[in-house]
Amino acid sequence: MTSLPETTEKKLGLVIDLDICVGCQACATSCKEWNTGGYSAPLSDHDPYGADPSGAWLNRIHSYEVGEGQGAKTVHFPRSCLHCETPDCVTVCPTGASYKRAEDGIVLVNPDTCIGCKLCSWACPYGAREYDYDDGVMKKCTLCVDRIYNETIPEVDRVPACVKACPTGARSFGDLGDPNSDVSQHVSERGGYGLFEEFGYKPVNRYLPPRAPAPVETAPMTQQSEQVPAPDGSLAERLFAWADQAFSR
Amino acid sequence: MHPAYSVIVFTTASGAGYGLLFWLSLAHAIGAMPNIPWLSFVALTLALILITVGLISSTLHLGHPERAIGAFSQWRTSWLSREGVAAVATYVPAGLLGLIWLFGVETSLTIPLALLAAIGAIVTVYCTGMIYASLRTIRQWNLDLVWANYLSLAAATGAVLFGVLLALFGEAPTWVAMVALAATAAAAALKIYYWQTIDSDYGQYTTAMATGLGHLGTVRPLDPPHTRPNFVMREMGYTVARKHAEKLRTIVLVCLFGAPAFLMLLFLWSGLAAPLLYVLAAIMATTGVLVERWLFFAEADHVVTLYYGAQRA
Amino acid sequence: MTQEPAIALDEKVGDEIAKTTCYMCACRCGIDVHLRDGKVRYIEGNRDHPVNKGVLCGKGSAGIMQHYSPARLRAPMKRVGPRGSGEFEEISWDEALDLATDWLCRVRKTDPKKLAFFTGRDQSQSLTGLWAMKYGTPNFAAHGGFCSVNMAAGGLYTFGGAFWEFGDPDWELTKYFMLFGVAEDHASNPIKIGIGQLKERGAKIVSINPVRTGYNAVADEWVGIRPGTDGLFVGALIHELFANKTIDLDYLVRYTNAPWLVIQDPGAADDGLFARGEDGDPLIFDKPSDDYASAMSVDTTPALTGTRTLADGRTARPVFELMAERFLSNDYSPEAVTAQTGVAADDIRRIAAELAHVAFKEEIVLDQPWTDCAGRRHEKMIGRPVSMHAMRGVSAHSNGFHTCRMIHILQILLGSIDCPGGFRYKPPYPKQAPPWLVPHGAPKDIRPEEPLGGPHLGFPLGPEHLLIEGDAPSRIDKGFSWDAPMSAHGLMHMVINNAATKDPYGIDVLFMYMANMAWNSSMNVPGTIENLTAKDEAGEYVIPKIIYSDAYYSEMVPYADLILPDTTYLERWDCISLLDRPISTAEMAADSIRHPVVEPDRDVRGFQTVLIDLGGRLGLPGFVNDDGSPTYPGGYPDYMVNHERKPGIGPLAGWRGKDGSQTGRGDPNPDQLKRYLENGAFFAHELKPEQAYFKHANKSYLDWAVEMGFRTQALPTIFQLYCEPMQAFRLAAEGHGERQPPETHRERIQTYFDPLPFWYAPFEEAMVDEGAYPLHAITQRPMHMYHSWGSQNAWLRQITSANRLYIHRSLGAKIGAEDDDWVWLRSHQGSVKCQVRLMDGVNPDTVWTWNAIGKRRGAWGLSDDAPETKEGFLLNHLISELLPEGGGGYRYSNSDPITGQAAWFDLRVSIEKADGGSETQPRFEATGRGGLAPSPVKVAYGADFRRSGQ
Repeated sequence: MTSLPETTEKKLGLVIDLDICVGCQACATSCKEWNTGGYSAPLSDHDPYGADPSGAWLNRIHSYEVGEGQGAKTVHFPRSCLHCETPDCVTVCPTGASYKRAEDGIVLVNPDTCIGCKLCSWACPYGAREYDYDDGVMKKCTLCVDRIYNETIPEVDRVPACVKACPTGARSFGDLGDPNSDVSQHVSERGGYGLFEEFGYKPVNRYLPPRAPAPVETAPMTQQSEQVPAPDGSLAERLFAWADQAFSR
Repeated sequence: MHPAYSVIVFTTASGAGYGLLFWLSLAHAIGAMPNIPWLSFVALTLALILITVGLISSTLHLGHPERAIGAFSQWRTSWLSREGVAAVATYVPAGLLGLIWLFGVETSLTIPLALLAAIGAIVTVYCTGMIYASLRTIRQWNLDLVWANYLSLAAATGAVLFGVLLALFGEAPTWVAMVALAATAAAAALKIYYWQTIDSDYGQYTTAMATGLGHLGTVRPLDPPHTRPNFVMREMGYTVARKHAEKLRTIVLVCLFGAPAFLMLLFLWSGLAAPLLYVLAAIMATTGVLVERWLFFAEADHVVTLYYGAQRA
Repeated sequence: MTQEPAIALDEKVGDEIAKTTCYMCACRCGIDVHLRDGKVRYIEGNRDHPVNKGVLCGKGSAGIMQHYSPARLRAPMKRVGPRGSGEFEEISWDEALDLATDWLCRVRKTDPKKLAFFTGRDQSQSLTGLWAMKYGTPNFAAHGGFCSVNMAAGGLYTFGGAFWEFGDPDWELTKYFMLFGVAEDHASNPIKIGIGQLKERGAKIVSINPVRTGYNAVADEWVGIRPGTDGLFVGALIHELFANKTIDLDYLVRYTNAPWLVIQDPGAADDGLFARGEDGDPLIFDKPSDDYASAMSVDTTPALTGTRTLADGRTARPVFELMAERFLSNDYSPEAVTAQTGVAADDIRRIAAELAHVAFKEEIVLDQPWTDCAGRRHEKMIGRPVSMHAMRGVSAHSNGFHTCRMIHILQILLGSIDCPGGFRYKPPYPKQAPPWLVPHGAPKDIRPEEPLGGPHLGFPLGPEHLLIEGDAPSRIDKGFSWDAPMSAHGLMHMVINNAATKDPYGIDVLFMYMANMAWNSSMNVPGTIENLTAKDEAGEYVIPKIIYSDAYYSEMVPYADLILPDTTYLERWDCISLLDRPISTAEMAADSIRHPVVEPDRDVRGFQTVLIDLGGRLGLPGFVNDDGSPTYPGGYPDYMVNHERKPGIGPLAGWRGKDGSQTGRGDPNPDQLKRYLENGAFFAHELKPEQAYFKHANKSYLDWAVEMGFRTQALPTIFQLYCEPMQAFRLAAEGHGERQPPETHRERIQTYFDPLPFWYAPFEEAMVDEGAYPLHAITQRPMHMYHSWGSQNAWLRQITSANRLYIHRSLGAKIGAEDDDWVWLRSHQGSVKCQVRLMDGVNPDTVWTWNAIGKRRGAWGLSDDAPETKEGFLLNHLISELLPEGGGGYRYSNSDPITGQAAWFDLRVSIEKADGGSETQPRFEATGRGGLAPSPVKVAYGADFRRSGQ
């Protein structure tokens, strides 16, 4: 199982638009809420009301400041499993609990066979795997595998919880292996990129970079609207002369 | 990387155990083993105890040790699995040798079994090293030097233990001291070279690369996802202050390499007090290798820390 | 063992889906609550819902932990230790209600104003207000006084609407969107959805905010303005529009009072009021007839300029001229405002030119005929696709009212109110400008066992509508007195202080709901706690009785004498009513309900049901039948269906009439709630396409609004560029009329009641030594906790369990502080010790932090060493509820002089590096925990839901 499939029929993944994300955490909490009762339930929390609260979350939102001067930006940066095509997190697994699905490329952990050695988390450059100290197994983004194929959920809602929740529409989901899919088209239009491509794990998820500011023309200043002859005078006098046009109601 | 005590004990104890098994087996295979009743059996038992304690310790950090049997299944891709398989496989010749020596029977199988046990020890320790050396996310580990360190340190600590046993059984052949000295010197050379190597590599990865935002200018962390550290930060984000690390390295140099070497030389020069010198050397080496292994983890930077404020990794 | 696990793909998420309405903020999104084995499995957005259209924010998606919080109150409680000790004993509901009835009944029989009833983040003000009215106390309001009354009042006085629940940008068509100040909170998901749409369409977003986080982070242009100077910035934009003649004269003539004539007769009792004809209508000068005409007549061509001589020989000038002169003055030139605002003059000019370009060169023309209120048909709808939004960041300054008015005037000059691409009203808005509703509760109207003559809150048109006798305020918060004449939302932030100092008078019972006044909802927390525990010479509490209702053990709970435990949002009935703060969008009138989707596992009751129960026990008119029996024995759901505010008009507009066939008006329908539930807990009535825009003057819309009871007449809303009621107050200050302000207030009223908006320095800034307190300090709520408290939520608090003070990198370098270093932050009021984080995206003269993260030990079910109590801090400790003593020795409240809006964004501070530290200061001693069980040390929610097949 830890042997990777040669190819996958689909490459399901997320596209995250950094130009739109406002850092509201909806994707993080909706993920937590779905998955704490889902495929690898629970996502435990330790010291939840105490000094050192922490828990297993499959999606976390960082924020960074980038650039200098006028071009500087604040960027909110959601981070979760990128469902790589050739990830080491799967091959290092000694038990086969970590596996990549041949049908759609989703990388999963079998919560019933994981021994909790944590080696997969060491092998992942993205910090995508979170150990559940309470449950003793590794947890990770499942792409909501128990949602996206669930026949009892209306078809329009068969998307990962984070995509459904995202209020700004900064997240989308689809087959990134199909160049004609909406997500692939979007990625190619916007110059979407994967993280840490240097490692060669071929991450499937794509990030869309912040766009250049929207250009707006400016109306001509001070010279315009001089059709009405204006006396030389104060700004107010010239304005009043112009405003003296007849406007019926 | 977080230095988990279970893993430190696992790698050092099993390393010394496999080192001892290797030298014991080798000594038998080439006929250099002094003929003392029980010596071989006791030595083998000690080796297997160390190995077993190490392996048991390694399961302590597992979330589900009761499922550990599954870890033997993925030897095709996983060094951890391979290590498990090699460790178990090595028990076979080692166990048979134990039976042979327990009952004191000499058979034609002893030498082949000893050779197999020696090979098993090498392979297992190599696999242990490769668990770390294969991780591309940690530049201090993703080096051939890492498995070389593991092998040489297993050889050095195993040789000192071998010497202890011989000395306690009243035998102190010069060649054992020379082997221990040579193994210690080799391990020291490799470890020093390792430190020089990791010190000269400041890391090729940056937060700009981790986020893909470098084209917009410098990338500076503003807020972490959560206020308090999570699993990833606790596990991967462990750091040790430079000064503290320097001190610990000195301790390693003195305890793990300097002191045993000096004691071996003292023995070779004086030929006196072998049990005392060997035991002292073993105590020092044990201390040293524990510190060395702690540092091996603590000094390792994981690239994921780049998302959490590390400058380079 | 190495087989891939089977993943069950045909098992339902839960046993049932209950559709209800979220209540973790003021957004009121539709939610689908999946229930499994009686527990909440998952909460997601309702795709059909008009507010959130299926999405759900970070808070809403953490609802499970809100609902199952260990800080939930469990039963009614009576205080047994001293106030603040948190020592309570649980009592039965019978005992609790008897006690409350006893206290309230005695007050009502003697002097009803001795009850102060104030609600915090409540969403049922039409019920709570009615209850207070029938009780007969003038002392009622909700939390708007410290939230955003400037925004509401500024808008309602100007154009009969406002931002937030009153209206939205035309997200689908706008091409240029300006977002002012801290605005993350109101209408969270709609704004997020809208911003997403704008970004996708490539519309330009300009954010004017001292801090570059959240929505500002995705803006195309960030204007890192100095706090409190938005009015100058907007004034300079208006200056530029006037100077460049880039304003919509046609629009001004049609929809505003720009041509109305203003009497110019300094010293006269009617100086600055509108010249009026014999019928009382304001006058304009009609150019074709060369004569005066009623401003209400439609077939005229009004002059916008020219000084006219009235029949009595005095002169009058049109509003347009006065306004243009105000803003064309050098005070508002881009150069003049640069130093104060920190915005470059060239940037101001460019933004003004961009606004003008988009408004006039990129106008939108919809082929949608419509009829104006004069009955004239227009073939097209012309839009100026410029829109704006502002909220607390602008509002919570002492110059906020005028600044809000200026923003609306900017919109109006561009012709962008309720047009395609501009701002759009949400029904029941627009109201008249200002709404035809004056405040009630004057001293003469307060009588034992008698209800008030009308609702408490309204819109005074002059001194005659103040609630005073002599100079003495009628209300405990001094609302609608000379301190805050137009305090349309009251001044909840002053109640405890005034009650404890018996200024204007002492009270007997303080009754509060869902308002954490002993902590983050008060300015000057230590002072507020002192006031809550102050004792008189006899050793009795100065505020003798405090009743408090909340769902959670907040910092306020230990200070109450009687606790009425509320339910969580998943256990309650509620209505989000068109009489109150509905969920309408620009395209539809909509309201919704909340209903219990899980049964309480504690002895708690929904507050509204309890209030109705108390109303019956007290025999309040409207809450008891003629025979004395309670009118709504079924509690809140009974009231929601059967209460009628006017004949046929009740809390819920949908499915009225016996058979449910009527909308808006109709008899109560016993099946109404069932119909709501069948429809996903909401009702929506779509407007017709011809009603979609120009609602302020759209005949079809206005007629329908009358039908629905939103308005009494189908008259247009005329935008009040010039706000005559303010001049009425000013004239009183100048010595005219029977009611004049006391000498202490005369100059203040004269200065600030300017009928044209203007900018002045925020009061605290003007009064404290700028050298000693050189920095501004402001707060915002993190989006995942906004407009709610989130620290009792195990998931949300993991995201933010401590706050840092964010400072500009240059300031960090100046004081030698790096990330996480401890600093002392000081104001004229006090000092706070906290840790800093350095950033670039903040105005260099400004420091800021996340609000309400700091918690007091003992509250919210948190351990005593929780980061919220150790590192978390509040700026509230630095904010005074009173301004420093000014001339005359009178200390005004730290509020806007017009509306009384708490001016907590005016705060000025100094900063210095501290010698190390390990915990924040001040750190209050722990309160008792009211007998709540210790919180669990781990949570593994959902473990029971794990599929057996896996």
